[in-house]
Amino acid sequence: MKVNLNIDVHHLTRVEGHGNIKVRVEAGKLREARWDVVETPRYFEAILKGKHYSTAGIFTARICGICSIGHCLASVRATEDAFGVRIPDAAAKLRLLAKHAETLQSHWLHLFFLAAPDFLGLPDAIALRKKNPEIVAIALRLKGLANGICDLVAGRTTHPVSILVGGMARMPERAKLLAFRDQLDRSLEDISAVVGLFRNLSPKIPDFSRETEFVSLKGVNEYPFIGGDLASTDGVVKTEREYKAMTNEYVTPQNTSKWCKLSRDAFAVGALARINNNHGLLRPEAARVADLFGLRPVNHNPYMNNVAQLVECVHCTWESIRLIDELAADPAAPTMAEVEPRAGEGVGAVEVPRGILYHQYAYDKTGRITKANCVIPTTQNNANIHIDLNHLVKKFSADANMTDEKMELLCSMLVRAYDPCISCSVH
Amino acid sequence: MKYLGIAPARPKIGVFDFTGCEGCELQLANKEETLGPFLDAIDIVNFREVTTAQGDDYDIALIDGCISRGDEIERLKKIRQNAKVLVAVGSCASFGGVNRMKNVLDLAEANTEVYGKEFKETLYTRSIKEAVKVDLEIPGCPVSKAEVERIVQHLVWNVAFQFPNYPVCLECKQRFSTCRMEMGELCLGSITRGGCNAPCPAGGLGCWGCRGPAPAPNYKEFLALAERKGMDMQLLAERLNFFGGFEGVLK
Ligand code: SF4
Ligand code: SF4
Ligand code: SF4
Repeated sequence: MKVNLNIDVHHLTRVEGHGNIKVRVEAGKLREARWDVVETPRYFEAILKGKHYSTAGIFTARICGICSIGHCLASVRATEDAFGVRIPDAAAKLRLLAKHAETLQSHWLHLFFLAAPDFLGLPDAIALRKKNPEIVAIALRLKGLANGICDLVAGRTTHPVSILVGGMARMPERAKLLAFRDQLDRSLEDISAVVGLFRNLSPKIPDFSRETEFVSLKGVNEYPFIGGDLASTDGVVKTEREYKAMTNEYVTPQNTSKWCKLSRDAFAVGALARINNNHGLLRPEAARVADLFGLRPVNHNPYMNNVAQLVECVHCTWESIRLIDELAADPAAPTMAEVEPRAGEGVGAVEVPRGILYHQYAYDKTGRITKANCVIPTTQNNANIHIDLNHLVKKFSADANMTDEKMELLCSMLVRAYDPCISCSVH
Repeated sequence: MKYLGIAPARPKIGVFDFTGCEGCELQLANKEETLGPFLDAIDIVNFREVTTAQGDDYDIALIDGCISRGDEIERLKKIRQNAKVLVAVGSCASFGGVNRMKNVLDLAEANTEVYGKEFKETLYTRSIKEAVKVDLEIPGCPVSKAEVERIVQHLVWNVAFQFPNYPVCLECKQRFSTCRMEMGELCLGSITRGGCNAPCPAGGLGCWGCRGPAPAPNYKEFLALAERKGMDMQLLAERLNFFGGFEGVLK
């Protein structure tokens, strides 16, 4: 029997922001499969014009409540590039520590609260808490720890206050840093329980692959998070300042988010893209977890982004311990450089939880912005999600037992696997 | 959860997001140490960001984000009809938040700047009370989860909530933070309503006034002080307009 499917998800749940899924299959033939972003435009780039450099990072943090630290980091990096400021080493370490903590809080939130319920057949983490309070207790411990580190290092988890142009406002108290080091160390036990849990769920990862180009920062000595060259799995390599050659944004009528392309019709960014480009730079502890799930580059199953996030959680936990040790060894190190505004342009590229993020500003000589551009990870993923959705529906509508309900779940899980940050993508 | 053997009524709560960064909603899932009891005290029937359940039988609607498109007004009006109590959560919902800065732009020009020739529908930013009746506003960017918890407790007990009537400075002094104004940096703490526990001055940034005016703020004295200290007045204007809570202070 040839299937008929009709799916219309208005404002998909358990994702950040507003997007719609529409699928129509008639007698086994795909008529339509769409992923459209309908979030309201906010005009951040237009608002930035004329603003003082000290406003840019605080303002652009408000593009996204989940990755506000990442936005602030990309913003100050773009400004420092424009002004030719070199930040002190300790500031770079503090920023990376804040970045890891943000990655951890965001990945844990996504894995436990947004993604896991689908794998367990539950509507949400509230139901999960009733059914399995132990898992939710672990999730809250891990997420709480990550938020605590953000608070200490960045001054606040959502909308940081300590990340300034020129460095970091202050060095956190050594005793507090070391207390978090102990907690991170102890969290490794929780993390191995989580790895076990997801191992049990992994047979439920849908069997779907589509050859895709993956874009991320390109690490040299370390798995990359802040700045450096850009790379794609199709072999494109560009400098940070050439980012526009990677993103190629364009506007479509149905979407308030722009779409992007590179060597093909679309490309993907995010944890899976980072691992696909930088697998060899993962900590051995994290590489072992990747192996356990059969995650090897280049992996083309978008649902594996969930696994890639878990692998990164292991990596970031170990790296945070290392960074705290280094910072605690020199608690009096300077964290701020002199800042002298000058006319010019700068770019900041940062790997935020959902993929690579770019900010670019042009300044006049008084340190006020004359032009701004921000390219958000979900903006780069939207076209790829849309094309994935087409292939996914085609593949699974060949199954005579397919129902609207099952297909809706597969499609929703696909979009959720990208962990889209939709309000971010329309800024 | 029982106190002296009596189970309290669990209010049915719906959480709804409009134009914003969703940071305020995220706060509801933060403060992990008390998240369990918080969830036990309420019954979440609608919260798109965290659950697929989408009920209309809520008593309390928590609204975050501001209004910036026609369809949002329609959606908000329906929520207002369903809810007994409607609470605006965060600076976007209370004053428009950072989105208020959009209101000085020429929207056609801004649209061309961002999208080129493809026109996207948009309105000037409105706070929630500029679109429907609001019963309570909780400002903050992001909103303070501790304050939301306190307010929900009051809603459960049916006791009116009193916001602090002192400015941020008081809480800042209690934390022994070094005063940014004394150091020659701009800080709006003396004219901004307290209750956030002054995280910004403690973290190395002045207060940018996300909670809006304190009761009876002395703007004249504040502006005079800023001038005496030789602050950049253009920057001061930028700060006062940042979250939309001080609209009209600088005429
Ligand atoms: S008030 Fe701030 S944190 Fe809340 S939604 Fe608006 S921008 Fe985000
Ligand atoms: S730093 Fe700001 S909030 Fe704190 S005492 Fe000084 S003026 Fe008040
Ligand atoms: S210190 Fe000022 S800007 Fe910071 S949270 Fe409090 S009111 Fe908002």
